[in-house]
Amino acid sequence: MNKKIVQPISRPVIGAGGLTGTWRTQRPVYDASLCNACLLCWLYCPEVAISKEDRTIDYTYCKGCGICAAECPKKAIYMEREESR
Amino acid sequence: MNIKELPEIEYIIPGTGACAGCPSTIGLRLVGKALGENAICLLTPSCAVASMGMTPKTCYSFPALNICFASAGASGGAISMALDPLYSKKRLEGEKPVVFAWVGDGGTYDIGFQGLSAAAERNDDFIFFCYNNEAYSNTGNQRSGATPQYVPTTTSPLGKEMLQKNVPLLMLEHRPPYVATASLAYPLDLYRKVEKAKSIKGFRYIEIHMPCCTSWKFPAAETIEVSRLAIRTGSWLLWEAENGKLSLNGVTAALAEGKRKPLPVEEYLKAQGRYAWLLKSPDKDYYIGNIENNIRRELEFMAGRAKL
Repeated sequence: MNKKIVQPISRPVIGAGGLTGTWRTQRPVYDASLCNACLLCWLYCPEVAISKEDRTIDYTYCKGCGICAAECPKKAIYMEREESR
Repeated sequence: MNIKELPEIEYIIPGTGACAGCPSTIGLRLVGKALGENAICLLTPSCAVASMGMTPKTCYSFPALNICFASAGASGGAISMALDPLYSKKRLEGEKPVVFAWVGDGGTYDIGFQGLSAAAERNDDFIFFCYNNEAYSNTGNQRSGATPQYVPTTTSPLGKEMLQKNVPLLMLEHRPPYVATASLAYPLDLYRKVEKAKSIKGFRYIEIHMPCCTSWKFPAAETIEVSRLAIRTGSWLLWEAENGKLSLNGVTAALAEGKRKPLPVEEYLKAQGRYAWLLKSPDKDYYIGNIENNIRRELEFMAGRAKL
């Protein structure tokens, strides 16, 4: 019998819920020329997938909810349909 | 304070188990920026636990303890009390961490209410956050004490008959040092309230309105827009109370003073699929009239409470 005690302790790791980018049906596309760096997209991203510095989007984990595009006052992010993967 | 000056600390690590557009993870990020690194969290069964990811991994970067459903109030006080002698006897060095509970509306309004009420009455030293998505969304949208009137859920298929409770007001009348309500559409207001709560000792209660796209049936992208409509129509009120002295904040204060007219509540109802039956009903005007009367009554009531 294995006497090792398994403790139900989780540790913070990137991708704890899997590669959540595969859930996406639409992807946000960022246009730097329209951006006024208000950072609303960064603040409201539920997945922390938008960088504060240059608003690059981490497509590995972005679930494509579209909050960034809906909240952007300059329309610098638009949603594009995911065709295939 | 503006958005650019918000601290860099992140409570959420990419790759959560939450639905796309989840308001709870947005809320946790904002709260985390105000609470900082030195905090201990208590989580009762809720979406926030289901979002953690798969053991032995978690997407939360803060220390969190998963506790049973009814116990957030009791555990919060107990952990805080257990920490006190460890610091006073120098077993632990530095500043005592902020203890906070992150609990859904089920764990606050219904299942956890007696523990919460007792903790508030004892003035236990921790912050109780209720993220209110107005249903048991984690288990597939059952009615809770926070579900508004006329909302259909799996356990109120024809629309709930009763009104929701006003738990923030009940907590205020427990006379703790700080009680506040907040909304995701006003993130800096939320940040300020959490920062203020952090600076106060004793029991603190903050309730955040959390439009849930799966239960409320709207597109995930509109999470923040629906939060904003709730405030602008008066369906959710922003206020805070320090030592029992209540003040209305922002848009809610303007609505109460008559400086701003509330948006027609239909704008808010139209944005959500859960009210679709009501808007198609032949008795639509009757239902909307009732909802508007309740909004007016709540606003007048809270404005009157602010005069005390």
